[in-house]
Amino acid sequence: MQAVLSGDMPRSKILALILAGILICLALAPFLFPGVRTVDTAARICVFIVLVASYDLLLGYGGIVSFAHTMFFGIGAYGVALASTHMGRGFDAIAVGAAAGALVAAALALIIGLFSLRVRAIFFAMITLAVASAVAVLVSQLSGLTGGEDGLTFKTPRELGPAFKFGDKLFGVKLNGKLLAYYFVFFGALILFLGLLRVVNSPFGRVLQAIRENDFRAEAIGYRVVFYRVAATCLSAAVAALAGSLYAVWLRYVGPDTTLSMEIMIDILLMVVIGGMGTMYGAVIGATLFVLAQNYLQNLMGAASGLVEGVPILPELLSADRWLLWLGVLFILSVYFFPTGVVGRLRQGN
Amino acid sequence: MPDPILKLEGVYTNIAQYHILQGVDLEVPRGAVTMLLGRNGVGKTTTLRTIIGHWRAHKGRILLDGTDITSMPTPAIARAGVGFVPEDMGIFSDLTVEENMVLAAVSGPIDSARLDWIFAAFPPLKTFWKSEAGNLSGGQKQMLSIARVMAEERQLYLIDEPTKGLAPAIISTMAKALKDLKDQGASILLVEQNFAVAKALGDSANVMDDGRMIWSGEMQQLATDAELQERLMGLSLEAH
Repeated sequence: MQAVLSGDMPRSKILALILAGILICLALAPFLFPGVRTVDTAARICVFIVLVASYDLLLGYGGIVSFAHTMFFGIGAYGVALASTHMGRGFDAIAVGAAAGALVAAALALIIGLFSLRVRAIFFAMITLAVASAVAVLVSQLSGLTGGEDGLTFKTPRELGPAFKFGDKLFGVKLNGKLLAYYFVFFGALILFLGLLRVVNSPFGRVLQAIRENDFRAEAIGYRVVFYRVAATCLSAAVAALAGSLYAVWLRYVGPDTTLSMEIMIDILLMVVIGGMGTMYGAVIGATLFVLAQNYLQNLMGAASGLVEGVPILPELLSADRWLLWLGVLFILSVYFFPTGVVGRLRQGN
Repeated sequence: MPDPILKLEGVYTNIAQYHILQGVDLEVPRGAVTMLLGRNGVGKTTTLRTIIGHWRAHKGRILLDGTDITSMPTPAIARAGVGFVPEDMGIFSDLTVEENMVLAAVSGPIDSARLDWIFAAFPPLKTFWKSEAGNLSGGQKQMLSIARVMAEERQLYLIDEPTKGLAPAIISTMAKALKDLKDQGASILLVEQNFAVAKALGDSANVMDDGRMIWSGEMQQLATDAELQERLMGLSLEAH
């Protein structure tokens, strides 16, 4: 276990139990929670864990604020969509699209990093914001290539489609391509997450942490701060693009709203803060809590509103339409009670 | 004097609109401890930071073993063999003591004999080897800060006020460690306000005032001449 987790153990029994619970639930999601919506939620959690973890490599470990993470996510997603559209459905198209997306994202991150990280990290944040906005506009304008605001619907390999059957039923669950697609996303996300865990626990990760804490001191020891920051940016961008590729495979659709919007960027920031910056496990907790809240808070509130019917004010307050307000309240409370994130708090408590 | 390990020739450093160093000349001999003394705010820390490349010299030259390092980037100066202990210690609080030490050894794993020597000089570091550096006491953090620079053999050690704000017991531990380093033949440029430590360690002394070097000579001479101390630094160091 030590080797799989690169020596980065949860360091809290409660955290270990929560992480194990999330892993089991995600690994067995199609069997434990059969249903289109639940499995879709589980797949989104898998994708967002990787996306948030890759952002945490930048923010939590490198101390670099970027607003272009969804752009890299989108590049990966569009890479698979375009490759599948032009090459035809197949795993080769997915591989080519994902690799091209990751390379383009890393190259773009390299250019942005070299231009802005040499000066001060704040310029990087400003430039990423500008570039991300420009790319989002470009994607909606180049409708001939990207499908514009409508996005692109494409075909994935038959083996990953609901029409593909490889058996009858297992524990009441149909053995079809959709199940395979889920496990494609799950194992893809698991491999990427463990890879990131390895990176942050490697000497490279330690130098990044040192730079985040005291960049001058790291330089005075002999580490080239710009090199490490740019390398982290490229790696983070490439992993975000791969997460985007997984998302595209799952949805069989890409569009500006699903992969490039600033709303997703804000969601990522919230997930990192809720889970805990500078801890890869924070990405797991943050993404799980946030995606669950996004998908089920509305239902939960609708049910709660029904339960308190007849009581003054409460049904109005708990109306399902107010779910975003309560999500905001939950976020404020989590920051107040867990300033170091859920993982930081649990580790301190240990 | 034999060829010095470090030589500053007419170094000027500006920080924003302030002219901090105004033509500093300094020679640091090999295998000796050179004290850099002076009142607060005269440019001692800026001199060290200019040598390591944190602040850029606007005029003048800095030569390390004959090589001009004036415009070299800080990491290159560090890799050329200059170890720097800043006044604020600059430890990486979120990393463990071990990780701090491993990072400090840029050219490879720390030699085990060297590590034993460091543990002998600073026993708490062995005790808290796996602990987060941020949880150490102030004295232990300073020990770690010095130990990091000792993790590898350097051509030159720049150490800025290593005993500042420490308890007497820790100061003596620190002084002993620096004496060990000196006995190994290290070349050290040391800024130190504690006169007892300065007197015990220093071979030569350089006194700064208003961004310039106003006196250079033997530490012994400065230590025994109260009138000279009064004239150079405005106080008798024995009374300090």
